[in-house]
Amino acid sequence: MFYRETGQFKQSYAADQAVFPILQDRLGLAAILVVAFVIVPLFGNEFLLASVMVPFLILSLGAIGLNILVGYTGLLSLGSAAFMGVGAYAAYKLSTIFPGVNILVWILCSGFFAAGIGVLFGLPSLRIKGFYLAVATLAAQFFLQWCFVRISWLYNDNPSGAIEVPARTLFGLAITGPSATPVTRYLVVLVIVVGMTLLASNIVHGRIGRTWMAVRDMDIAAQLMGIRLLPAKLLAFAVSSFYCGVSGALMVFLWLGAAEPSAFDIKLSFLLLFMVIIGGLGSMIGSFFGAALIHILPIVIRGLPEALGLPIAAATVEHLTYLIVGALIIFFLIVEPHGLARLWQIAKQKLRVWPFPY
Amino acid sequence: MSLKNWLYALSAAASLTLPAVHDAQAEDSIYVPLFTYRTGPFAGSGTPIANGMHDYLTLLNERDGGIGGVKLIVEECETGYDTKKGLECYESVKPKKPVLVNPWSTGITLPLIPKAAVDKIPVLSMAYGLSASAKGDTFPWIFNPPATYWDGFTQILQYIATQEGGGIEKLKGKKIGYIYLDASFGREPLPLIEQLSKELGFEAKLYPVAAADMQNQSSQWLSVRRDKPDYMILYGWGALNATAVKEAVKTNYPMEKFISIWWPSEDDAKGAGDGAKGFKTLNWHAVGADFPLLADIQKHVVDAGKSQVSSKDKVGQVLYNRGIYNSMLIAEAIRKAQEITGNKVVTGEDVRRGLEGLNIDEARLKEIGLEGFTGEVKLSCADHNGHFSTFVQSWNGTTYEKVSDYIAPLSDKVGPLLDADAKAYAEKNAPWPARSEACDAS
Repeated sequence: MFYRETGQFKQSYAADQAVFPILQDRLGLAAILVVAFVIVPLFGNEFLLASVMVPFLILSLGAIGLNILVGYTGLLSLGSAAFMGVGAYAAYKLSTIFPGVNILVWILCSGFFAAGIGVLFGLPSLRIKGFYLAVATLAAQFFLQWCFVRISWLYNDNPSGAIEVPARTLFGLAITGPSATPVTRYLVVLVIVVGMTLLASNIVHGRIGRTWMAVRDMDIAAQLMGIRLLPAKLLAFAVSSFYCGVSGALMVFLWLGAAEPSAFDIKLSFLLLFMVIIGGLGSMIGSFFGAALIHILPIVIRGLPEALGLPIAAATVEHLTYLIVGALIIFFLIVEPHGLARLWQIAKQKLRVWPFPY
Repeated sequence: MSLKNWLYALSAAASLTLPAVHDAQAEDSIYVPLFTYRTGPFAGSGTPIANGMHDYLTLLNERDGGIGGVKLIVEECETGYDTKKGLECYESVKPKKPVLVNPWSTGITLPLIPKAAVDKIPVLSMAYGLSASAKGDTFPWIFNPPATYWDGFTQILQYIATQEGGGIEKLKGKKIGYIYLDASFGREPLPLIEQLSKELGFEAKLYPVAAADMQNQSSQWLSVRRDKPDYMILYGWGALNATAVKEAVKTNYPMEKFISIWWPSEDDAKGAGDGAKGFKTLNWHAVGADFPLLADIQKHVVDAGKSQVSSKDKVGQVLYNRGIYNSMLIAEAIRKAQEITGNKVVTGEDVRRGLEGLNIDEARLKEIGLEGFTGEVKLSCADHNGHFSTFVQSWNGTTYEKVSDYIAPLSDKVGPLLDADAKAYAEKNAPWPARSEACDAS
């Protein structure tokens, strides 16, 4: 009844090709942005901002990066955590070599380093596909993590072997380091994630995105239609790694505050892959859904016994969380193998014809 | 995501965190969170430590009604040895005004080091974390007694020298193998090894084990078999220790020449069977439950069903007692803080002063009920570690027994490294705040 595009006529090609052609969608998006930019920072407590929202947004960005590769281009990758690590280490090196330049510049630039490494490890993708490519990217994961441990230049010879985040400011306001407040960090992350999501959304809806999807659906057909496979696949690797790299730099600088190489281990790669698969392959909003399910849901479950006053030991809660989240993942995959994004789509469709379904 | 979903998520998250804040601050109490890991790949090491820490503080609540008449609120937060979860724990306990935190993971300690001064929450990283944080002038909020990994390495070297029948000059020409977790913890002694091997003239053989390959050390031990080092030194944690002992037995490496830093537990040695007899580790406290305090724990906590230990004989194991030691430091720091400030309910700032003024002498140990359990602990504003002596204990098939005297670290070798490291840390993290906290003359 309320969610219907009846009467919304498009009078230009631009309007017809808009990412959000329906007015209600645009209003909904505006409402989400208002909540994210105004209501959450105003009313959220420190825990919500620092431990729920900031990690959620950063993981979402990483999931978007991986989704570009796996969901849009159909290239399975297990190296996303390593590409995040490249971004983090690049941002760390750049910010220590050129401390005068604003840290946000380096966080965004770190994406280019990750993109470069990503392209290098994407080269085999022309010849190999599917599981074989997954194994090739797994090599990237192991090799890069080995570099993070062994090449002491990368962490400025710290005896702790970890990268530590120096305190940096933006307009006189601390955005990294211990005195940066969760609100500031949240807003910085939010601006970057929203901006990069819009950019990604435009890329995948345009010519480049269509190229990728053609490659995903059938690469020989795409080739016959005149798409050059190598540049298309390498571009997907570059853009995907760029996103992962920025997300990795954000992770160290605005979330963790210091990181050992083990922060970028294969577990993180798998987590991102789960987010993408559960959220929805080839969907921007799916990346956010996936990150929410994998990151926020366990926190909510962990907090429940305390909120309800149930005396359950911390370790038992942890075991229960694993059980419940695992069961929910299976449940969602059975109910809708195409991910949460598909469920969302179905819900919207139902809403469109409500209250007179046909 | 629609607005509705967002609001649901928000209200759910808010309702989770808000009520918890109130009940912790409601009455006169001291909030002590314990970061523990009873799940995950390191649970084998983490569980006894968690039990020890928890049981000691519970005993104080049950037997004495807390410390100085103020109840302790002891709450565990499960980290799973995962840095991200550890930080989540930190954020979730922060609003409840903890008087100190024990991260129990170097990975979690490192991000907390700069935060401690801002949030006014001291960090007690007992013999792990950043070695340089022993320097109280640079790191007023971080404490890592009773010894650093560098201290431990020099203690092992001295023990080896006494086995060879003399001082450290006896190490000349010896071949010493070092098998370690290839992460920050195990790599920390590398600069020291490089320096000492030149100065003392021993040959160091390095066998790194990647964290992912902890349970697969066959290639490292093949190299050990080929190199035939005179002594082997182990810096491991979790499954790495158990696997290393097993592989050493399989390789027929003479166990009495295999010496580890202080982390292996009984189970690590037991898993390798009879062949593990003679395996040695460093330690700074006694093993076994033969102390009045542990008897009290048995009576008031374990028998009362307030402990999570799976069986009674777990009380008194190495890592259980390590947890006891950790909680003893916590409790004594709170007691000292009450003494200094005259307040019953103390804050993180007070406990920081309490830790700096920590002075547990023999008489106090006897009062606690831990006479002969460990050496004296005395910290100062400049020295947050103490660099205390440790001893060597040997596995006899059922338990560890002490086989050496207390060995002091080679402070003249370690000291300059610590100074340089603390200075480098402050420089790399510029602007690093200069110490502004006054020092209580104790």
